Amino acid sequence: MTATDTHRAIDAVWRIESAKLIAGIARLVGDVGVAEDLAQDALVAALERWPRSGIPDNPGAWLMATAKHRAIDILRRRTRLERKHQELATELEVDQEASAPDLDAAIDDHVGDDLLRLIFIACHPVLSTEARVALTLRLLGGLTTEEIARAFLVPEATVAQRIVRAKRTLSEAKVPFEVPRGPELVERLSSVLGVIYLIFNEGYSATAGDDWVRPALCEDALRLARIVAELMPADAEVHGLTALLEIQASRLRARVGPSGEPVLLLDQDRSRWDQLLIRRGLVALERAETLGGGLGPYTLQAAIAACHARARAPEETDWARIAGLYGALAQLAPSPVVELNRAVAIAMAFGPAAGLELVERLTTEPSLKGYHLLPSVRGDLLFKLGRTDEARAEFERAATLTRNAREQELLLARAAACAPGAAPVQPG
Amino acid sequence: MMRYMLIAKATQESEQGCTLKPELMAAIGRLTEEMTRAGTLLEVGGLAPTSKGARLVLSDGRVTVTDGPFAEAKEVIGGYAIVQVESKAEAVELSRRFLQLHADLLGPSYEAESEVRQFFDPSEYALEPANR
Repeated sequence: MTATDTHRAIDAVWRIESAKLIAGIARLVGDVGVAEDLAQDALVAALERWPRSGIPDNPGAWLMATAKHRAIDILRRRTRLERKHQELATELEVDQEASAPDLDAAIDDHVGDDLLRLIFIACHPVLSTEARVALTLRLLGGLTTEEIARAFLVPEATVAQRIVRAKRTLSEAKVPFEVPRGPELVERLSSVLGVIYLIFNEGYSATAGDDWVRPALCEDALRLARIVAELMPADAEVHGLTALLEIQASRLRARVGPSGEPVLLLDQDRSRWDQLLIRRGLVALERAETLGGGLGPYTLQAAIAACHARARAPEETDWARIAGLYGALAQLAPSPVVELNRAVAIAMAFGPAAGLELVERLTTEPSLKGYHLLPSVRGDLLFKLGRTDEARAEFERAATLTRNAREQELLLARAAACAPGAAPVQPG
Repeated sequence: MMRYMLIAKATQESEQGCTLKPELMAAIGRLTEEMTRAGTLLEVGGLAPTSKGARLVLSDGRVTVTDGPFAEAKEVIGGYAIVQVESKAEAVELSRRFLQLHADLLGPSYEAESEVRQFFDPSEYALEPANR
């Protein structure tokens, strides 16, 4: 192996092990910031040693042992943590006395719990949403500060600041490194799922910038969702979210045209949908549905996405079922955006006039005032009803409201195409 | 991220349809579970011996079909895993772990082969049709 190969291999090991490593050490030292530093130190030690010694057969255990030793060193220096140190020293001695496979097992036993604690702390409500996102991608996703900055189109220094501040906030707030219980668990889990959903959506329809989608962010979010789904297999909504993201991600390639323009759902070439992800999504949805307890908002959205995924052609879409699912979603999590989507489904199932009736009711909704999809949908329905002049005005208004350059082009094209005989397009 | 297929070549034992030792099964189970929990494993599958399959050859414009089994186990796929990872090195590391656990359980005399292959990004070949 050349030095470059070794470095690549170490990078790979780091990517596989870093979250587990940070989580394991955080349990020992009780501080995520310190844990990350120690994990980084272990990485540096590996970078120094492995090019000479070769990569150990169990690189994860090596990194964990190295980081643990450093954790002990640090705690020894902190006399005020003397008692904790005693506990740790005992634990380490036990580990060292154990034979190698047992040591692995001892680490493995904790891995799931530790990772879960790490996810919950990274998405802790004491942090701002931006901080939760950055910390989650950094600690769980294994992304560098630079990668996060690139993904969110913000300066690297901003992300670095966010992460430093987030770690300090957690430390100062003395947030315990544990999985919340009882009613707190529900609220905290909803923050975790919300963060993952937000990361995915930023990749799925970028709110700003030149690109309509940033698939890397979607993939990171999807990976996080899968991790949480494995860690909390009994929670239906976790599987619901995973199902939703798997199915949405299955369309990523079909959502972008040859020159980067958005291709809306009903115009997509369905042969380009990723059947592997669809299959995974449908399996996850089934898991969510069989867990019972009434379908949650993510599971309902996944069920809607599944209706599209199951339709081999747009005409086969079960719009009545989709309208019903949006109705259920509107009851559970009422929002004008859901209502707008329900209007689209109703228009598809029962005709544009029925949909437009619902949309008209939303035009006075203050929270939708700057939302480009409202005039976009309204324009579409007006267009279908042959009211092309009104449709054009709506598309033009929608174009001025979106911040995404690609979407703006599409809307202006639709405005320009408000002539008889143009093919109708549905919002995706 | 990129998608890779980690291919495990068949072995004499797998070609004879022998079931794996329970310890080995368990170790492979732990590795795939770990990969699942890391969100990297998309799909995994094992293939039946070539005696249950066939080989097709196109030559001189004609397709010939030969039923299995085929002699060279190492030229045959025994199983696969599809993973989504950040780099080839990561895919290689996962494959290395798969082979290593065989050595750990079956001893250094055990020989096996794996291959790591990257999937084309379908958007790439959709835009650049080749061999048409």
